[in-house]
Amino acid sequence: MSARDEVLRRVRTARPSAPVTVPRDYRAVDEGDDLVELLVDRLVDYKATVRRCGPHELAGAIGELLSDASAAVVPPGAPPEWLEAYQGRVLREPLAVADLDAPGVAVLTGCAVAVARTGTLILDAGPDQGRRALTLVPDHHICVVHTGQIVGGVPEALARLADPTRPLTLVSGPSATSDIELNRVEGVHGPRRLDVVVVD
Amino acid sequence: MSGGNIVARLPFPVAARKELGDAQLRANLRNATHTIRDKRLRMVGEVPDWEELRRSGAAIKDDVLSRLPELLTQFEAAATAAGATVHWARDAAEACAVVTALVRDTGTAEVVKVKSMVTQEIGLNDSLEAAGIAAVETDLAELIVQLAGDTPSHILVPAIHYNRSQIRDIFHRNGLSALTDDPPALAEAARRHLRAKFLSARVGISGANFAVAESGTLVVVESEGNGRMCLTLPETLISVVGIEKILPTFRDLEVFLQLLPRSSTGERMNPYTSLWTGVTPGDGPQTVHIVLVDNGRTETLADDVGRQALRCIRCSACLNVCPVYERVGGHAYGSVYPGPIGAILSPQLSGGGANRTLPYASTLCGACYDACPVRINIPEVLVHLRQTGPHPPAERAAMRALSWIMRDRRRYAAALRAARRGAAPIRWATGRRGAVRHLPWPLSKWTSTRDAPLPAKQTFREWWAHERTR
Ligand code: SF4
Repeated sequence: MSARDEVLRRVRTARPSAPVTVPRDYRAVDEGDDLVELLVDRLVDYKATVRRCGPHELAGAIGELLSDASAAVVPPGAPPEWLEAYQGRVLREPLAVADLDAPGVAVLTGCAVAVARTGTLILDAGPDQGRRALTLVPDHHICVVHTGQIVGGVPEALARLADPTRPLTLVSGPSATSDIELNRVEGVHGPRRLDVVVVD
Repeated sequence: MSGGNIVARLPFPVAARKELGDAQLRANLRNATHTIRDKRLRMVGEVPDWEELRRSGAAIKDDVLSRLPELLTQFEAAATAAGATVHWARDAAEACAVVTALVRDTGTAEVVKVKSMVTQEIGLNDSLEAAGIAAVETDLAELIVQLAGDTPSHILVPAIHYNRSQIRDIFHRNGLSALTDDPPALAEAARRHLRAKFLSARVGISGANFAVAESGTLVVVESEGNGRMCLTLPETLISVVGIEKILPTFRDLEVFLQLLPRSSTGERMNPYTSLWTGVTPGDGPQTVHIVLVDNGRTETLADDVGRQALRCIRCSACLNVCPVYERVGGHAYGSVYPGPIGAILSPQLSGGGANRTLPYASTLCGACYDACPVRINIPEVLVHLRQTGPHPPAERAAMRALSWIMRDRRRYAAALRAARRGAAPIRWATGRRGAVRHLPWPLSKWTSTRDAPLPAKQTFREWWAHERTR
């Protein structure tokens, strides 16, 4: 008998027979707070820096955040106006991992959804986010969040994702480890610096 | 039959006695478990519907266990349709053989690994090494443990038994240089060492926290970004997944992504969570294998009481609240699953009477049950396993005699009187302590791990009668 058939046979004989009803009386919608304020508070708590601005100030804010970058990576579908105030070198796909790994490279993306309650940005490889390596290898990630993308809790966030089979990355603050005497150290492998621009 | 690193070489009492002598270990553990559990309590307190989430989480897992055959085949079909290749393994040896063959086919001699309990359980690194393949652990703590030639002592913080200067020494011996023993300097040394590996690795190996049946999606929850590196940069990804990791729908993640981070690290959300479904052209590994592993899970599933251990999402909350774990640490349990969950999971997964001292590694205080995000009644399973497991003959005889005495009130009162009379000279000899450190055999078994209290000078009934007539 193949391993597959054998394991399935064992599961069939071992499983309990009683059907189970799953209660779903936890919160589906999370309201009652100012979600933008809450998201900002949670992100800052995670050692991300956050700036709030209006649509017309966005390019300027990005330009300032990119001021010390030697090059900026942008996904193929990023709005051109994001880079209006940036004078430096712009890298576009197709890119080799070595290009992303070069010192001083920053990456600029949007996101699909942001979860206020947990301070989480969800990237779903949409046109303004690109493939996963873009937000992984460079040391500096700038993420643009529109207030309309902010939801309260995790249930609302997952319900908003267009297609769960796309590669999804949930980011809550910069990379961190607590493995040495439980001291939190930011940035072991992912971007060590996470800047979030919330656009009203 | 199952196998791998779930069978303790030493009985728990022997291993525990050794570990108890390590003051550094006890100090580190006490600090770690208390810090994490205080944080966890704060974060859980923020969630008004925590109990509802726990009940849903437990029910979703129970539902999975009752529909496992259908859900496994559904997962297989969805993952296959998305471009993954699904393999099955009856036990640890078979799982290791499948993974080793897959790595061999790629022609590479080095793989990068995401921290995963199941690959530790099946002893994958040793199998790969025997085949001439180096498996590099990329989680900082796992890397420390691997470079030290040691084994993890905690599910979540595996290197918690080392302090910074020990870690620096371990790094030095292995050619990783750190300027100081400050945690940021040590993390930087690990970052430089591992980045070279990530950028050149052709094969990544991971486990999965969850596997969604309806979409064929796998989920890895982590903090450092080493997981993202292994899941994103290599050409080939091999994910080893226990068959109990299945969730029916994508929506079910809304429950577990709330329960897991707060229970394990005491964070609202862990820094990174990755979800991927088969192969995505132009993004991440273009060859994806999934190995579904039984290794004793179906035997555990067959036990009406014990099967709830399969709900476990490996958050380690039960370790951090356990008074026994806090003192002896993870190594004493001898299995990759330490603490309260290890005490019920390891004997069940290994089967065949192995690990039979583990269900006694508990005070049955119930703190683990309260902490568990999927409401596993660990004390209930411990008592169940103690009853079904073999007992030492002396203990059996003593318990039988005790139950005969306790069944009858007059017999019980007479026994207490006799005990008090017998205890009078001992009480005088032990002074104020009122307890005996060592009893003669066969009761020495009892006092080898605890003091025996002397019977009270007065019974409650006597005291009550006295008080009433005063
Ligand atoms: S038994 Fe419960 S508390 Fe312990 S690790 Fe598993 S899920 Fe967490």
